[in-house]
Amino acid sequence: MRPRRRDRRFDDARDAAGNGVLDRRAFLRGGAGAVATGAFMAYAPSDASAASPPETPSGMTTPGAPLSPYGSPATFEREVTRTLIRSQPGTTGAGASRTPLEALEGMITPSGLHFERHHNGVPTIDPAQHQLLIHGMVARPLIFTVASLQRYPMESRIHFLECSGNSALMYGATPPTLTCGQTHGLVSCSEWTGVPLRLLLEEAGVDPRADWVLAEGADAAAMSRSVPMAKAMDDAMLALYQNGERLRPENGYPVRLFLPGYEGNMSVKWLRRIKVTDTPTMTKDETSKYTDLRADGTSLMFTYPMEVKSVITRPAPGLKMTGPGLYELSGIAWSGRGKIRKVEVSADGGQTWAEAVLAAPVLAYALTRFRIAWKWNGAPTVLKSRATDDAGRVQPTRDELIAQQGANVVYHYHAIQAWRVESTGEVKNVYA
Amino acid sequence: MSTREALAVATCVIVFGGCAGTAPRETPNLGRAATQAEIAGWDISIAPDGRGLPRGAGTPADGALVYAQKCQVCHGDKGVGGPNDRLVGGQGTLASKTPVRTIGSYWPYATTVFDYVRRSMPFFQPHSLTDSEVYAVTAYLLSLNGIIGEQDVMNAETLPKVKMPNRDNFILVQPWKPRVQ
Ligand code: HEC
Repeated sequence: MRPRRRDRRFDDARDAAGNGVLDRRAFLRGGAGAVATGAFMAYAPSDASAASPPETPSGMTTPGAPLSPYGSPATFEREVTRTLIRSQPGTTGAGASRTPLEALEGMITPSGLHFERHHNGVPTIDPAQHQLLIHGMVARPLIFTVASLQRYPMESRIHFLECSGNSALMYGATPPTLTCGQTHGLVSCSEWTGVPLRLLLEEAGVDPRADWVLAEGADAAAMSRSVPMAKAMDDAMLALYQNGERLRPENGYPVRLFLPGYEGNMSVKWLRRIKVTDTPTMTKDETSKYTDLRADGTSLMFTYPMEVKSVITRPAPGLKMTGPGLYELSGIAWSGRGKIRKVEVSADGGQTWAEAVLAAPVLAYALTRFRIAWKWNGAPTVLKSRATDDAGRVQPTRDELIAQQGANVVYHYHAIQAWRVESTGEVKNVYA
Repeated sequence: MSTREALAVATCVIVFGGCAGTAPRETPNLGRAATQAEIAGWDISIAPDGRGLPRGAGTPADGALVYAQKCQVCHGDKGVGGPNDRLVGGQGTLASKTPVRTIGSYWPYATTVFDYVRRSMPFFQPHSLTDSEVYAVTAYLLSLNGIIGEQDVMNAETLPKVKMPNRDNFILVQPWKPRVQ
């Protein structure tokens, strides 16, 4: 690290918005790598000002650990786990675990940290025994083995999956005092590979009067959701692989439905049955749950796409700022209606905004990483990010969202997040 | 057909959302025909108009016995008091600051109660009740909520005719049609 050079460069950098948000190209000028590393360090949860290591560390004087069949994260990262694991009273598998967003970078979520939302545990399914039935309003009801699905042409896509109930605590009267991941970590992003559902539906021969399909899982909740035929025939996928390897059990092994952009609950895991129907089936999870109760007592049903959203993940609750100076603000943005067009960041509570750099690739229905340089003067302030998607939809404020639908909705919370940075370096969730 | 040709066909499907007007594309065709008996064994879903409901019947009184043995420990005496989801009451609360969503106050279709209890409950032994037990416990929950009478029999004919009080308060959002990428 070369702190002196770094300082000079940033003294030159033009302010892009109030309170120290720097021109979005600040980090991109010469020698960016070294600078970025220096800024990242500032977010290390512990103070790194320890004594210098020995010139020849022990790892250089003895052979290292042996080769291994399947790698796992560094032992020093053992605290980076799924978080806020909660199940219904008296149960262990009816609830959720969340992605620790503030500990991660980039756009891909490691498979082992992908959030979970199950309704009665994770079934153990032998792929040699598992079968998928496609029936209902079709000319030829068909049964597929998992091995046969692997012979179909596949496609790979990078997509986020977000639980419809992500960030639900933000509808509450007081902001949750939780980490970023505990509040917003029911969203993850993976590369999914599998067979377009459309290919199999066409083999079965769909009756033109059919408008829906019912998807059903082979878990102890027999989770089931109705999906519009238009989506089933468009970009719905029977996913077999996640981030290059076969699906993790928690993500639907051996085969799950994947519906890009739609609320996570509809991407039914452990898929065993597709029934082609003329009406929605009106299952429990599309009537009692996953419907949006508004202030006037009416409810919206079938609100499928997850709306445009962003959150700053560094700094964020769970991380501590380590004194004034140069930082990189980093976060994720996504939209269930397309691509992210821009993310604006404010370091003065929303009075002034500057456009962050979007990290390539920027893909439809995928997490997009945004970053911008910020010179913190050490005074308390409020950080915000505001995403706009390519359909022109802008993330609303919390007040706007609640004025529109009320605070009883539970689902589809996507308002601008405000993080208050205290002079101590602590970062808190605030309604501001 | 070469792999390249096959992939070109697949790309046609994926990228262009089907190449309208072209000959039917070639796909692997590896599904085997499902027999009616196989389908009958797998198909447990019930449509809101009652299609799919099995034979069998039950009354609220029969259901009270099932409920006491198989449900009450988690859903409370008469469907209230938990520890798990409340199943009874809450009518008139939906527009308040503390809405109580239950079968009685919120659910739009009675058929969903049968479908859900049969596929998912009791929580630790799903698929363990007979169809008549499911009709009975459904009848009991509907009667506790004041939606059917204490003597009413629930079966494949009567259950779909039950009009749930909150049915008309759901606004169906037209399913969004994604752009072809
Ligand atoms: C061991 C505890 C347990 C037992 C016993 C049990 N349930 Fe449940 N029940 C649950 C849990 C947990 C849920 C929530 C599941 C979820 O998260 O999807 C639930 C959900 C429900 C719901 C949906 C509630 C709503 O408003 O969405 C109904 C209806 C229901 N149970 C009925 C029954 C009936 C009828 C029985 C007896 C045949 C029964 N349950 C037995 C634990 C239990």
